[in-house]
Amino acid sequence: MNVQQRLTQMKQDALAALAQVNDAQALQDLRVKYLGKKGELTEILRGMGGLSAEERPVVGQLVNEVRAAVEEAIGAKQEEFEQAELTAKLASQSVDVTLPGRPLKSGTMHPLSRIIEEMEDIFIGLGYEVAEGPEVELDQYNFEMLNLPKDHPARDMQDSFYITEEILLRTHTSPVQARTMLAKEGKTPVKIICPGKVYRRDDDDATHSHQFTQIEGLVVGKGIKMSDLKGTLLTFAKQMFGPEQQIRLRPSFFPFTEPSTEVDIQCILCHGNGCRVCKQTGWIEILGGGMVHPRVLEMAGYNPQEVSGFAFGVGVERIAMLKYGVEDIRNFYTNDVRFLRQFNRT
Amino acid sequence: MRVSYNWLKEYVDLTDITPQELAERMTRSGIEVDAIESRNTGVSNVVVGYVKEREQHPDADRLSVCKVDVGNGEDLQIVCGAKNVAAGQKVPIAMIGAVLPGDFKIKKSKLRGVESQGMICSAKELGLNDKLLAKDQQEGIMVLPEDAEIGMDAVSYLGMDDYVLELGLTPNRADAMSMIGVAYEVAAILGREVIFPEMNVVENGEANPVRVTIEAKDHCYQYAGRHFTNVKIGSSPQWLKNRLMAANVRPINNVVDVTNYVMLELGLPLHAFDASQVVDKEIIVRLAQEGEKITTLDDQERTLDDQTLLITDKTKGVAIAGIMGGANSEVTDETTEIILEAAYFTQQTVRRSARKTGIRSEAGTRWEKGVDQARVKLACDRAALLIQQLSGATVSVGVADDTVQVKQPLAIDITLEKINEHLGTSIDAATVTAIYTRLQFQVEEKGAGAWTITVPTRRGDITLVEDLIEEVARLYGYDNIPITLPFGETTPGRLQPEQLLRRIVRHHLIGLGLNETVSYALLHPERMENFDSMIDANLKRISLIMPLSEEHSVLRTNLIASLVETATYNKNRQNHDLGFFELGNVFLTEEDQLTKLPEQRLYLGGLIAGQWVPQNWTGAKQPADFFLTKGVVESVLDRIGLKATELTYQPTQTRKGMHPGRTADVLVGGNVVGFIGQIHPQQEKAYDLDETYVFQFDLSKLFSHAKDFNDYKPLPKFPAITRDFALVVDRSLPVAALEEIIRRESGDLLESVTLFDVYTGERIDAAKKSVAFSMVYRHPEHTLQDEEVQAVTTRVVEALKEAGAELRS
Repeated sequence: MNVQQRLTQMKQDALAALAQVNDAQALQDLRVKYLGKKGELTEILRGMGGLSAEERPVVGQLVNEVRAAVEEAIGAKQEEFEQAELTAKLASQSVDVTLPGRPLKSGTMHPLSRIIEEMEDIFIGLGYEVAEGPEVELDQYNFEMLNLPKDHPARDMQDSFYITEEILLRTHTSPVQARTMLAKEGKTPVKIICPGKVYRRDDDDATHSHQFTQIEGLVVGKGIKMSDLKGTLLTFAKQMFGPEQQIRLRPSFFPFTEPSTEVDIQCILCHGNGCRVCKQTGWIEILGGGMVHPRVLEMAGYNPQEVSGFAFGVGVERIAMLKYGVEDIRNFYTNDVRFLRQFNRT
Repeated sequence: MRVSYNWLKEYVDLTDITPQELAERMTRSGIEVDAIESRNTGVSNVVVGYVKEREQHPDADRLSVCKVDVGNGEDLQIVCGAKNVAAGQKVPIAMIGAVLPGDFKIKKSKLRGVESQGMICSAKELGLNDKLLAKDQQEGIMVLPEDAEIGMDAVSYLGMDDYVLELGLTPNRADAMSMIGVAYEVAAILGREVIFPEMNVVENGEANPVRVTIEAKDHCYQYAGRHFTNVKIGSSPQWLKNRLMAANVRPINNVVDVTNYVMLELGLPLHAFDASQVVDKEIIVRLAQEGEKITTLDDQERTLDDQTLLITDKTKGVAIAGIMGGANSEVTDETTEIILEAAYFTQQTVRRSARKTGIRSEAGTRWEKGVDQARVKLACDRAALLIQQLSGATVSVGVADDTVQVKQPLAIDITLEKINEHLGTSIDAATVTAIYTRLQFQVEEKGAGAWTITVPTRRGDITLVEDLIEEVARLYGYDNIPITLPFGETTPGRLQPEQLLRRIVRHHLIGLGLNETVSYALLHPERMENFDSMIDANLKRISLIMPLSEEHSVLRTNLIASLVETATYNKNRQNHDLGFFELGNVFLTEEDQLTKLPEQRLYLGGLIAGQWVPQNWTGAKQPADFFLTKGVVESVLDRIGLKATELTYQPTQTRKGMHPGRTADVLVGGNVVGFIGQIHPQQEKAYDLDETYVFQFDLSKLFSHAKDFNDYKPLPKFPAITRDFALVVDRSLPVAALEEIIRRESGDLLESVTLFDVYTGERIDAAKKSVAFSMVYRHPEHTLQDEEVQAVTTRVVEALKEAGAELRS
């Protein structure tokens, strides 16, 4: 056999052998046998010295062809083996995807904080600042500067926790109005909401709590009108309770506003059709407010002939009870984790 | 205030207005109707019957067999068990087919063999509140007055075909504490007239012998006395009793009932004295002497102070003004001559007396809210007329009246522009005029869209132009006010920096897995002081003057006490794995008795107990411990920009209620800002808790160290070199001391140092521990060479050895 024939024969043998291979070691042996440093192809190349100048390029090309063919076949086999190995490995690595994930904790915001933050965000969006004040308050700010002098009959409405004759736990967040206005020294506009804890001498039961939470709102400026209060509260109600929400104002009385109003929203349980919660009226009271009383403006250093304002106060527990359907106000203060953990969604 | 719908009809035409509609319209215009109560609680087919004969039941000692005329021509035979039934009485008869409250149906029946064709009813069986019944109607069957017409519907005779509107009056609307006041309001709402009751009394006696002197002129502006002779005390007619009962006032006798009736009708409390007990019929209104005693109608002897207004004769007190009459001059069944008082005492005076004596009454309530002086004469005459009619009394001629001053109606100027500017409306002038006219305010036009409004004294709540604007607004209808938003200068809405930080802390702790709590600021003093970690021993307890209970009687100075109680509450409900935090104010003062506001500080408190990682299939566990708690704290402090290197943890044995070996104060810049630690095992036992860890920080102190995000650094360009050390040191040596040496000696090249192992055990000396640190060194401007790092670590090792550390290979 001449060199060309040997090469051709070798190619045939190699490809035939490779076709039969089915493990990685045998493949490696064949690679060594044909392509290795001491392999058959190397051997043929070494014998190339004996060829004529005409034969050499021809044989050289043939050698390259054979090498390429064998290498390709080996490569294909190798890939086949690797694929099989990977498939086997993946099969062995499969997990039960129905097992639970490793437990990572996530906590919950207290429902009262949720309502406060939500309300703060609504009013911040309307251009309000958030103001706060002391929970232990002077009688002067809690009552007198809100047009409730010492012998005012309306003081009966909010029996209070006194610490001394002049110092008490604030009965509403309204003193923050007076404090903020005094601090602003007659400058307008004033646009604040004031969230905070308040205290009244009520025995705790399902609907009463000696401590509860209020959010006060106050706007003072030139040309502030009662219709602005109505628009502001409607905006708030729609954001808090949904875009379809309606409000209803009823005349009322607070010593620090005139005219005063109580504000109802459409019952969120029956959507105004009448049910047990709204006592068949279709409406539920959620807050009180009104135009800031001229004496309150005056005492805080504003001229009621030049500026006017509106104020409102919302009970946070009331909103939370309505919005989340909480049936007992004491749940907010006993902090049972089974209660708290329910408030884990947006 | 309870308003009988039928009674109200006497003062204002309510044609076409149901009680429900009336309630709705009143509520929408400013007087809230809390409830509408039917006076009939389920009675039908009960008539007035006449007991013609009464015989003993043949087979039952306690039963009577009665022959009763019910006005239909046929006498009924009715068996009755009441002791007081007798022939000649008029009584309510439940006919066969009648229904009584509780859906109790009356059927023909036999009682001990005798047929009964109905039932004679007691007041209670008719659903009447027996507490309000006159004494003679409380026991047994209800005996009706002579004038009851046989066969008449008893429901109507007893005034039960009526509704009561329960008004939830705001303190300003004292004017609506009378039927006539409510009539004014309703007339204004409906645009109808007010119909006044008959007031013209025919004075048919001698000249009024009563003399009145007001000495306490600051407390009593007017005192009018009428005089009656030939009074015959007796029971009031049923119609009057019905009205009193509808208002929850108990009928007593005709004279007392008239005083109460006129109070309900006109809003002015009245009082009647037995004139024979008033010496010389001379009334002197003066302040009591300090310690002066009077026995009031309820037979209580009361000692007065010198600010209490007293009605007296020359010799003694006969009534505490506006509060209660004296027993010495009480109208009794024997009384034939009376003095009727109609007066105007000041609001503050009666309010003070009511507080001092603790007597609460319908009259007192009216005085406290304020009555209308203009009603003194009206009430005096109206009551005289009724007393004359009901008791046959002779009315002496004239009224003994001492008037110190008369309250004048207030005139207020108002313009259309002001009204519309304030409300945001565009109401026209005619509407405004119409509204004030309907309210029966005097309207004087002062040019286009300008008026002087004179407000009657009955509306004492209206003193300012804003009050008048409200009257327009409420009758125009709040629904008709447009919807607008404030117009003008725009303002940026925002949280203050501290409020933002508080939110960041809250959200971060929630993200870490803690549940936010909110607890009471008023606590039990002992339980609060169990954890009173007040650093300054001078701080004092702040107590309420009048707490509702000891449970909530002092203001909190720490959050730990509440958190621990919350943990106990949960553990008692099988909630064992707990992670809580609270953001709340505490209140600190050094004063025994507050003369200024206490310091209010915002604290952050937290509590961790039980298993942090809940039971799970991977077997991973993490019971609450000091270092888990510290990890939570470090994480939140890091979040607000406090680097670990700025914080010092210092062991402390003095925190009250805390484990002395597992508690650390946390310091920033040498100042204590808070602490973390385990609850003292004795307290854990007392509160029925397992190992429980807490932390507490003064956020105002922390926030002053918080940093904005302003320390950005470009990413490093050169590689770092890492070196690990394992050291053997005394067990008691704090790791922080070693880290401190490493930092100090490493200098600027040190990028970070991490403690990655602590070992104690068999492989080393029992008094020693092995600790391992990993240091990362990097130079900002060139690639570090081994020699540079070697120089640094040599220094570090030398210093560590000096501190007693031994380098392990």
